[in-house]
Amino acid sequence: MNQPKEPGDPKRLRSGFSRRGFIRGVGIGSGALGGAVLHEEALAEPPAAAAGVAGPGAVSITLQVNGKPQALNVEPRVTLLDALRNHLNLTGAKKVCDRGTCGACTVIMAGKVVYACNVLAIDAQGKNIQTIESLSTGSRLHPVEAAFVRHDAQQCGYCTPGFVMAAKNFLDKNPNPTMQQIEHGLSGNLCRCGTYVGMRQAVLEASKAMKGGPRA
Amino acid sequence: MQAFEYANPSTLQEALSLLGNRWGEVDVLAGGTDLLPLMKDEIHTPRRVVNIKNVKELGGIQSTKAGLRIGAAVTLEELLQSALVRKTYPALADAARGIASPQIRNMGTVGGDLCQRPRCWYFRNGFGLLARDAGGQALVPGGENQYHAILGNSGPAYFVSASLLGPALIAYNATVKLASASGSRDVPVEKFFVTPQNDSSREIALLPNEIVTGIVIPSAVTRSATYEVRQRQALDWPLAAASVVLRMKGATVAGARVVLGHVAPTPWVSEEAAQALAGKAINEETATEAGKAALAGATPLSQNAYKVQLARVAVKRALLQAARGRA
Repeated sequence: MNQPKEPGDPKRLRSGFSRRGFIRGVGIGSGALGGAVLHEEALAEPPAAAAGVAGPGAVSITLQVNGKPQALNVEPRVTLLDALRNHLNLTGAKKVCDRGTCGACTVIMAGKVVYACNVLAIDAQGKNIQTIESLSTGSRLHPVEAAFVRHDAQQCGYCTPGFVMAAKNFLDKNPNPTMQQIEHGLSGNLCRCGTYVGMRQAVLEASKAMKGGPRA
Repeated sequence: MQAFEYANPSTLQEALSLLGNRWGEVDVLAGGTDLLPLMKDEIHTPRRVVNIKNVKELGGIQSTKAGLRIGAAVTLEELLQSALVRKTYPALADAARGIASPQIRNMGTVGGDLCQRPRCWYFRNGFGLLARDAGGQALVPGGENQYHAILGNSGPAYFVSASLLGPALIAYNATVKLASASGSRDVPVEKFFVTPQNDSSREIALLPNEIVTGIVIPSAVTRSATYEVRQRQALDWPLAAASVVLRMKGATVAGARVVLGHVAPTPWVSEEAAQALAGKAINEETATEAGKAALAGATPLSQNAYKVQLARVAVKRALLQAARGRA
């Protein structure tokens, strides 16, 4: 959905590093911004201390990524997507909306597709995480990847890794899909270039290739 | 996103002991499909996040004497894959199926659907739940209100309830089970959704020190359906929706529950539609009349009169679908 016109200054000021918050802060003046932050701090009293909590500083976690355990040190607020991209150098999953609405960060966790931007890394411990980097072996593409190439199923390419992971997981669960099932199965991913027609054809073809038909 | 401490309890009792007494201190994390975006936009800035995905008591779908019990942490995909839900409560399955994103269904939970915050873009952009300017003037009536309420919108709230399962659960007369460290209570789902009167209150009856533990839907032999009108097929909330439950006596309606979604600050129970259907057979004509009756009191804002017709059609199509008895 489109953003509304901004009708005035919000009552609530953000203290993070968002561009919007920064612009507002500048517009209002740093004095007002500081005052609002202090006000919020005063309202949100820390809850009673509890044992067994992690953070807010960095904590050691281990993620099982593409079959290998990966140890890393991250704050609890770090998402799985940021952990993959910034800490493990796996930049296949893309950070596009970062709000769980576009699907470009789709990875497979415990056999299910998820938005990596909507999962905390600390929450993903103990689960098998599969990213786009695991699909091809050497120069041999996964049937879904090969079919995407053959059907020219991308333009700018930002959505492609997420779509390929969504398609792979969908085909693992639905080996004989109808076109309607493909549309519903991939409805969690968006392509702003509008390459849906090619992608659906690619997924249909890949379904045949994955059953032992002619590989692309 | 601001830094927070993360708690990962494995029992309900432990989870409840980690909650705060005021909103804003602690947030409960289930699927995270709403909470994480809220935290990234700093609409929610909790000092502590309590993950409840590892609390066993909050999972599972079971038949009980009181009816079907659905754990709060049951995912929307688990709900949709339940043969029991699909067969007995098609209006609920319809609503779960309508959440057209496998990624959201895999992570999002039943409890999270009921507790998700409104999608109102003023709220999401930091103008508060009631969306007022610095002078206390409501921004929605004269603003960008094409997705806002057309019923129950005399103020102070203009957003629409975002819950996708709420209307169906209300139509089935379901109960939501809440727990705090000092005990538990049951609230009819209809009473769980409230219109907030100020910015510091919530749109649900949950208290800051409580967790939704589950839902109980009474058993009943009924016909039911949900119909959603959407702008597009993927990844969005409906513009209008209706859930209907019909108790039939032969070919005519002995009792009806008609609940609209995404038209008011709470799911909207239409007694008018139920009355219009009493004693009648369901056909194109009576279903159309019920839709008209449901929206007779609509008070659209400057940009959302189109939603009135969409909501009428949602009621009509939900009724026709329920009458066909499609499981």
